[in-house]
Amino acid sequence: MAKVKTLDDLRRMKDQLKSKISLRENGENPESMVQVKISMSTCGIASGAKEIMNFFMDEFDSQGLDAVVTQTGCMGYCYAEPTIEVTKPGEKPLVFGDVTTDKAMEIIEKYIKEGELVDGIIPDSYETIE
Amino acid sequence: MKDLSEHILDIVGNSIRAGALLIEIGLEVLVIEKVLILRIRDNGCGMSEEMVARVTDPFVTSRTTRKVGLGLPFLKMNAELTGGAVKVASEEGKGTLVEALFYHHHIDFVPRGDLKGSMALIMSGNPNVDFVLSLKRGSDAFEIKSADIKEVLGDVPINHPKVGRFIKEMMDFSLLE
Repeated sequence: MAKVKTLDDLRRMKDQLKSKISLRENGENPESMVQVKISMSTCGIASGAKEIMNFFMDEFDSQGLDAVVTQTGCMGYCYAEPTIEVTKPGEKPLVFGDVTTDKAMEIIEKYIKEGELVDGIIPDSYETIE
Repeated sequence: MKDLSEHILDIVGNSIRAGALLIEIGLEVLVIEKVLILRIRDNGCGMSEEMVARVTDPFVTSRTTRKVGLGLPFLKMNAELTGGAVKVASEEGKGTLVEALFYHHHIDFVPRGDLKGSMALIMSGNPNVDFVLSLKRGSDAFEIKSADIKEVLGDVPINHPKVGRFIKEMMDFSLLE
């Protein structure tokens, strides 16, 4: 079994961590990055939103894409959970429903990278909910 | 909800929406009684007495986006399936305590699930809220505070994915087994 890390380990790791993330953090302002919000209320969690969130984080990390993944509440589309809201810089946010890991991959490859729309957008005239 | 970790994620979501700045998550195993108690205490806005009496009703919610609120009813169901119970105590302006008691050897007890992943997600996903996770089994205890993690990190943001992954490795749930 892997040893449990402690605060001391974290202290040791911090500088290494800092040098790794400083590049990205320096230019950080969320508007310049792709933002992915995962709906994480009862409905989302029960439908597997956590798995989708982990998938996005791992995928963005391994592909080196400049994107932030955050949690948000229920957007009212409980029938289509897990739902995600993707905001590309300078564009209107889009909500995708019934996201599986396959769908998530398609969203990354087609919409986020190429700007091509994929199936599963809800509803047609969507305005972000604050 | 398929597992305990998802329930925690869910109930903590309520606390965050209540504007809590400190959320304590406790898991205690009572060995002889074969009981697992989950406690989530927050210092959010709290609820009125009438609301407390009705929160486990699935058709009651403070949201306006939809008319049902299933988080607590699901928790209640899963606790009661094992012969346990859920207790909610709250005071307006002070905060809320949700306590779920499970007989965790019961066949209908839900799996623990990805507790490490959920805790890491909770801590790194809400940088402005302080979390305390404490586990207890007899005289053994484990505690981790997100405030300590933030202090060590200094100007490194706690919501960075790499930090999240590290926090996951700081979790030790072996006391529950």
